[in-house]
Amino acid sequence: MSRMLLEVKDLFAGYGGTEVLHGLSVKIEEGSITTLLGANGAGKTTTLRALCKMIKVRGQIMFDGQAIEGKATEDIVRLGVAHVPDGRGTFGSLTTEENMQLGSYSRKDKQEVALDQEKMYSYFPRLKERRKQQAGTLSGGEQQMLAIARALMLRPRLLLLDEPSFGLAPLIVREIFDIMHAINQRDKVTILLVEQNAAMALDMAKYAYLLETGKLVLSGLSEDLKKDEAVRRSYLGH
Amino acid sequence: MSSNLLSSENSIPWIRIVLGLIVACILPFFISNYHVFQASMVLSYAIALVGMNILIGYSGQISLGHGAFMAIGAYTSAILMDKMNIPYWMTIPIAAIICLVVGFLFGLPALRLEGHYLALATFALAVALPQLLKFKHLEFLTGGVQGIVIMKPDPPWESLFGLKLNSDRWLYFFTLAVTLLMFVIGWNLIRGRVGRALIAIRDQPIAAASMGINTPMYKSLAFGVSAMFTGVAGALSAILVAFVAPDSFTVFLSITLLVGMVIGGVTSLTGALYGAIFIQFIPNIADQISKAAPWAIYGTMLILFMYLMPTGIAGAIRLLGEKLRISRF
Amino acid sequence: METFIHQVVAGIAAGGVYASLALALVMIYQSTHHINFAQGEIAMFATYMAWTLINAGVAYWLAFIFTILLSFSLGVLIQRIIIRPVENAPVLNIVVVFIGLLVILNSIAGWIFTYTIKAFPSPFPKEPPFGLYFISSHELGSICVTMMLLLLLYSFFKFTPLGLAMRAAAQNPDSSRLVGIRVGWMLALGWGLAAAIGSVAGMMIAPVVFLEPNMMSGILLYAFAAALVGGIDSPGGAVLGGFIVGILENILGAYVIGTELKLSVALVMIIVVLTIKPAGLFGKVIVSRV
Repeated sequence: MSRMLLEVKDLFAGYGGTEVLHGLSVKIEEGSITTLLGANGAGKTTTLRALCKMIKVRGQIMFDGQAIEGKATEDIVRLGVAHVPDGRGTFGSLTTEENMQLGSYSRKDKQEVALDQEKMYSYFPRLKERRKQQAGTLSGGEQQMLAIARALMLRPRLLLLDEPSFGLAPLIVREIFDIMHAINQRDKVTILLVEQNAAMALDMAKYAYLLETGKLVLSGLSEDLKKDEAVRRSYLGH
Repeated sequence: MSSNLLSSENSIPWIRIVLGLIVACILPFFISNYHVFQASMVLSYAIALVGMNILIGYSGQISLGHGAFMAIGAYTSAILMDKMNIPYWMTIPIAAIICLVVGFLFGLPALRLEGHYLALATFALAVALPQLLKFKHLEFLTGGVQGIVIMKPDPPWESLFGLKLNSDRWLYFFTLAVTLLMFVIGWNLIRGRVGRALIAIRDQPIAAASMGINTPMYKSLAFGVSAMFTGVAGALSAILVAFVAPDSFTVFLSITLLVGMVIGGVTSLTGALYGAIFIQFIPNIADQISKAAPWAIYGTMLILFMYLMPTGIAGAIRLLGEKLRISRF
Repeated sequence: METFIHQVVAGIAAGGVYASLALALVMIYQSTHHINFAQGEIAMFATYMAWTLINAGVAYWLAFIFTILLSFSLGVLIQRIIIRPVENAPVLNIVVVFIGLLVILNSIAGWIFTYTIKAFPSPFPKEPPFGLYFISSHELGSICVTMMLLLLLYSFFKFTPLGLAMRAAAQNPDSSRLVGIRVGWMLALGWGLAAAIGSVAGMMIAPVVFLEPNMMSGILLYAFAAALVGGIDSPGGAVLGGFIVGILENILGAYVIGTELKLSVALVMIIVVLTIKPAGLFGKVIVSRV
C-alpha cells in the first residue's frame, strides 16, 4: 500500500449542540483521488469542514504524519491542505486576479507563484479573460473554476473539494472534472472529493467512502462500490 | 438574556414586597434629610432603569441616549412649574405623555434597523442635547446655560400619624408612590401581551413577524414606553433636586443609566433597584478610591461585568439561586 | 462672497478630518460589524500623547510620527486584550464594552492631563499661504496631510498583499482562513490602523478646537454622520461623506442656523439618513436570509 497522506481516526464533529459525525475513520492514500459519497445531510460537508478545523472536533487527524486536530484552520492550510468549500467561498467584491493572489498569500516563493499563476490561467483560460472583473459577477461555472484555481495557488499536497458539480451545467462539470484529473496526474495533488453526483465521482476516483447519517457504511475501491447492489440502487439510479 | 416567563419573576414574592414596603415607609423617619433625599433619588433612578429594562432587556434594543429623555421629563416639569405655575404632582403625568410621544416618534425611523444603528442614533441624541438646551433662542423657555431653579414644594400636612413631615420626607413618600405605580405598570406590561410580543421580537424577530406581530410598531411602542418611564424619572429628579441645567444631562448621564442597568441586571425589575442603588452611592465610594478618575472605575466595571457577569447582579443572584435549587437534588 | 469661499474651504479642511475618522469607523465596521464608539476618545488620547512629546521638547514632525506609531500599538493592544474576549458576544454586550472603553480613556486623560483647555500647536505658519485670503496655512496643511493619509491608505489596501489580505478578512473571514490568513491578527491590524488614523485626525483638528478631554465627542458625531451618509460599509463613501458633512456644517453654521446648534445638525443628518436611506450613498443594503 502506498503512503497515507491523511489518516482520520474516530472523528466526532458537529455544530452547536448537535453532533453530526459519529466516529469516522478514513485513510487517504497519497497521490490518489478519493471520493466521499452520501445523501444530503449525511455529513459530507461536515467532514471536510472538520478536517480543516472550521468546526470543533474530537478524535485524531494525522496529515503527513503530523497531528492536526489541535491546529487552527490557517495553520492547517499552511501545511498544504486546500479546501474548496461548498458555495465556493469566492471573495465576491474582489477581482478574479485578487482572488487568485489570495490563494498564494501564505507562500514566500515569488517566482514559483508567478509560474503557478500562468499555469492556472492555462488550465482556466476563461479566468484569464476575466481577471480584472469582480469575482461576484462571474458565472457559476467560472466561480467554481476560480475557487479551484485559488486553492491550487497554494500548491497544496491535499485538495478538498466540496460538491464542485453543484448547480453547474453538465458540460462545465465535465470540463472541471477533466482538469481535476489532470491536476492529480500531472501535479501529483491528492484529492478528496465530496460529491452528490456519484456516477461521475466513482468514475474519476480510485477509492470511495459511503457516508450515511454521520457513519461510514461502505469503503473500498470505486470499481467495487460501483458494482455494489445498494450503491447502484440508491446512488447510481440503476 | 433568557426570557423569564418561567422563572420566579412570574410568581409575585408578596412577603418580600410587603416587608420591603414597611421598611421603606419607616425609613425616612430614622435617617437624616440628606439621606432621605438620596433614597428618593434611588427610587427615581430605579424608575428610569425599569424603562431601560423594558427597552434593552425585553425588547432587545440598545439606547445610549436615555439621559435625553430624563432631560425632557425634567425640563418639562421645571418649565411647567416655573413658567405656568402648574403644581408639581401634575407635571409628572404630563412629562410622561410627552416623553411617550417623543420616544415613539424617535423610535419609528431608528427601529427598522439593527442594534448598533439605534445605539448610534441615541448616542447622537445624547451628545447633541445639551447644546440644544443651551441654545440662546430657546433661552426664554429653558433658561439657557443657567437652567431653571424650582421651588421645593411644601408637604400638604404638618405630620403623618404623629411623625413630623418635612419637604424631603413628603417628597420621598410622593416618589415612593410614583415608583410603586410605575413598577406595577411595568410589571403588567412585561407579563402581558405586550411583554410576550417583545420577547418574541427580541429572540426570534422573523418568526414573530410571520406570526402577525407588527414588529416596527411594537418596537417603537417599546421605545416610547421606556422613554415615558425615564421621563417620569427625570420629572421626579427635577422636583427633588429643585434645579435643572443643561450640563446635568450630558452623554455621561446616559452612560450612567447604562451602567446601572448592566450592573443591576438587564431583564429584571429588582435589577433596576440594585442598579439604582449603585448609581446613587458608588460615585462617592469611587471618588474615595481614586479622587481623579471615578469614571475610569465605572468603565472598568462595565467591561469586567460584560466578561464575567453579563446578566448583572440580579442575574447572578438568580443563577446562584438556580444552582442552589438544583444542587438540592 | 469671500466668506462663502472661506466657509467652503474651512468645510473641506474640517471635512478631511471627518473623512479620516469616518474611514477609521468604516474599517472597523467592515471587518467586525461593530461601531467603534470609542474612536473619538482614542484619537483624543493620541493627541494628548503628541502634546506630551512636543512639550517634552520633541520636534513636531518627529512627535507626529511617534504618535502615529504609539497609537497604532494602542489600537492593536485594545483589540487583542479588550475587544477580542467579546468578539462574538451579543450586540448589547459589545456596545457596553465600547462605552466602557470610551469612558476609561476619557477619564484617564482627564486625570493625567486635567480638564483645563490646552493649546495644541500647528506645524503650519500663521500667515496665510501665498497671500490667499480665503484659506489659512493650517487649513491648507490639514487638507494636504489628510489627503496624503487617505492616499497612502488607498494604496496600501489596493496594492499590497497585506492590504489585500485585510480586505479579504473583512469580507469573508472563513474563506480568508482557507487561504492561510490569520484573521485574528488582521482584525488587530485594522484596529491599529484605525487608531493611527484617529491620531492624525486629532492632531490636525486640535489646533482649531483646542485640546481637552471632551474635544472629540462632537467631532465623532460628525464622523458618524459622514460614515452613514457615505454608507457605513463603503470606505470611499465614508471619505466623500466626510467632505460633504464638513462643507454642510460650515455653510449651514454660517448662513442658516448659527454656530451653536452644529451638533443638532449632525443629529438631524444621522436621523434623516437612517430614515430615508440607511445604506447611505454607496453602502449595500443587507438582505438577511431567513
